[in-house]
Amino acid sequence: MKKENSIQKQHMGMKASQLISNTVIHVLLVIMSVIWLVPFVFILLQSFRTETNETGTMVTWMVDYVIPKKWGFDNYINLWNSGFFRWYFNTFIVALITAALQTIIVLCMSYTLSRFRFKMRKPLMKFMLILGMFPGMLTMIILYRVLKDLGMTQANALPGLVLVYVASSGMGYYVSKGFFDTIPKSLDEAARVDGASRFKVLTKIILPMSKPIVIYTILTAFMGPWGDFVLARYIAFGDTAGYNVAVGMYQWLTLDQINKCYTMFCAGGVVVAIPVALLFIFLQKYYVEGVTGGAVKG
Amino acid sequence: MKKYSDLEYLKLPKWKRFFYKIASFFASIPTKLKNLIFKIGRFFKAVFLGIAGEFKDVFTTFVKGDWKTKISYFVMGFGCIARGQIMRGLLFLLFECVFIVYMIFWGGYWLSMLPSLGKVGPKEVYDPIYDTYITEYNDNSFKILLYGVLTLFFIIAFIYTWRVNVRQNKVAEEIIRSGKKLKSAKQDLRSMVDDQFHKTLLALPMLGIIVFTVMPIVFMILVAFTNYDGSHDGFNNNLFTWVGLDNFNTMLSWSTSGSGGSTQSYAATFGEVLAWTLIWAFFATFTNYFLGMFVAMMINKKGIRLKKVWRTILVLTIAIPQFISLLYVSKMFAKNGIVNGFLKDLGWIKESIDFWGSTKLNGLLPRITVIIINIWIGIPYLMLIATGILMNIPADLYESAKIDGASPWKQYTKITLPYMLFITGPYLLTSFIGNMNNFNVIYLLTGGAPTNPAASGAAGSVGYTDLLITWLFKITTGAESQYYFASVIGILVFAVVAVISLIVYSLMPSTRNEEDFQ
Repeated sequence: MKKENSIQKQHMGMKASQLISNTVIHVLLVIMSVIWLVPFVFILLQSFRTETNETGTMVTWMVDYVIPKKWGFDNYINLWNSGFFRWYFNTFIVALITAALQTIIVLCMSYTLSRFRFKMRKPLMKFMLILGMFPGMLTMIILYRVLKDLGMTQANALPGLVLVYVASSGMGYYVSKGFFDTIPKSLDEAARVDGASRFKVLTKIILPMSKPIVIYTILTAFMGPWGDFVLARYIAFGDTAGYNVAVGMYQWLTLDQINKCYTMFCAGGVVVAIPVALLFIFLQKYYVEGVTGGAVKG
Repeated sequence: MKKYSDLEYLKLPKWKRFFYKIASFFASIPTKLKNLIFKIGRFFKAVFLGIAGEFKDVFTTFVKGDWKTKISYFVMGFGCIARGQIMRGLLFLLFECVFIVYMIFWGGYWLSMLPSLGKVGPKEVYDPIYDTYITEYNDNSFKILLYGVLTLFFIIAFIYTWRVNVRQNKVAEEIIRSGKKLKSAKQDLRSMVDDQFHKTLLALPMLGIIVFTVMPIVFMILVAFTNYDGSHDGFNNNLFTWVGLDNFNTMLSWSTSGSGGSTQSYAATFGEVLAWTLIWAFFATFTNYFLGMFVAMMINKKGIRLKKVWRTILVLTIAIPQFISLLYVSKMFAKNGIVNGFLKDLGWIKESIDFWGSTKLNGLLPRITVIIINIWIGIPYLMLIATGILMNIPADLYESAKIDGASPWKQYTKITLPYMLFITGPYLLTSFIGNMNNFNVIYLLTGGAPTNPAASGAAGSVGYTDLLITWLFKITTGAESQYYFASVIGILVFAVVAVISLIVYSLMPSTRNEEDFQ
């Protein structure tokens, strides 16, 4: 009887400590969520701020409050009147074409390196590992000069950008190769015994099974150009017609423009972020699969 | 160091075991490094032997081959055509013709100019018709270097194709001797989607990598040995030329004379930036790693509600492009930004805190701020990765640990952490290297500011939060555009990364086999 009591007590004690620790964790998680969301909420709120100062110009930068004193859509209207939607269109087209081509290239590369055993396979993978250790930024200098000779910079930067994004994308095969490695080889062999060619094996057996990794590849291939700053800045340098959103919006926050364009930047940020954020939340499952798979299988 | 047997080891008290482990780790480093050096030696030996073998094979094929094979040594594809493989033979022949025509009309010129990178620069020429001086443009160093490299690649490709041509003759002779039939053109085409399918699949990606990564890298490595910069652009103002190791000497010299007016030498500046790059990479990797794991464990814990909501909130940070979130956050922490505004309204501070501009203690405050904001950026990725791995740890490990009375901390250090470290070892390395080259976070947050007064005269004017990679970018976009320095820094970054990876790989317990899952 006595023994039972003590066990019960112990049980109760554990329950209480569970309860306390869970409460603490909940509080921590709430605090964290607030910290993580604050900048985005701020951007959203400030994009609606339209109050003016004594001289009648809009107050944009240097305030110590977030909730607008006067709400309105003026920033979005200004956005429409600036070059923003040209950039938006540029970015969208580049990201779309890049996503399509890059997915094909990455899948070709990773499928081959995962399924085929040929003499140059290991040396090739090592070679690409070494290539990856060079900072990619180094090659921009020459790529810019060459693209300039081909007439694919400044205002005509879009084809040049697509070319550069897509051309070297074969080196990012790791994650999808890890996925293909997990598909049992016996499937291929069975089909080969039945007389299917390698091409048929790929299109009829492997691809239908690889929906998650295909979606992951498309998603990351789209997100890259959508948020790219360095390369776009380098190649479209000096001509606003060839800018993408990142390069265009970057200059709104430079010292001489921030007083005029700060709230417009917030509005632009909202317009840029909403489609990708939605896309992301819908496809979250596939993204998470890709990221974890990539890290585990290296 | 004394080596214990297993039994002796188990008898040791705990703290001795710990020191024994550490000591044996360090004791094993020399052997491991020695193995590494031997491995590199063996690699070069294998390469050398491979090349020698190729020469031997080419020679014996010629001696033993029939007349068709012998003619193929000079007219590529002749053997194929003579043996009925018309399509293959014509492709070889076409390639040879293209190569010869190219070398005669263009390639020869580029190759001959390569050693000097151009002889006649642009000059002012008197124009009698308009009675003015006009600039006459002559050689173009940039193009000479570029097409020179291209021609070299083309020659290598030609040699390789020639070698393939020779080997095909040998193989064809063997097939005929054994009484079998050679492949027809139709069979060739079919094998492209069947047993040679890997070549078809790799052709396009590899072409892209060679043209847009390998050749530019070769070109940029060569640039490090020239004086290519804004005032020697090779065509419009001055030609550039080879300068040997001068740029490396300047970058790694301790004298202040060649440092462009800075009070410290290039070597000191480079050392400072490299040190900060390594410190940054270390903190950025490990703060994210441990905090991300911690957050994942919190969300995964039994009895926590709304797991999906917490995860989605964090994933949202990944979804929103970094240039928006980072630029916005950088303005939040600006001297007249909203964070300072709030703190002043709360009465906690009187003067604005200069998060990005404080140069005290080598820019300690901006450096810390960057690392903290990077935690905000990085935790979501790590949370996702850690969640996936934590779910894979067998639950019965924890059950039995609990029955044995292990505290949560013990469970963490004895089960969770070893498991995580084992699985994510390679990931930690790639993420460390990724952070060394993390351009976005640094450039969008601070742009490298605040400027380091001692190094302000150095190329690209170096700031306290500049990583090597942002320094490189600033040099190439700066007023003087010393491309050769950018190149030198790029090569040095490669060297550092390569050394770190080689050491880590050779010290890591075992790399997992990629065939484990198949």
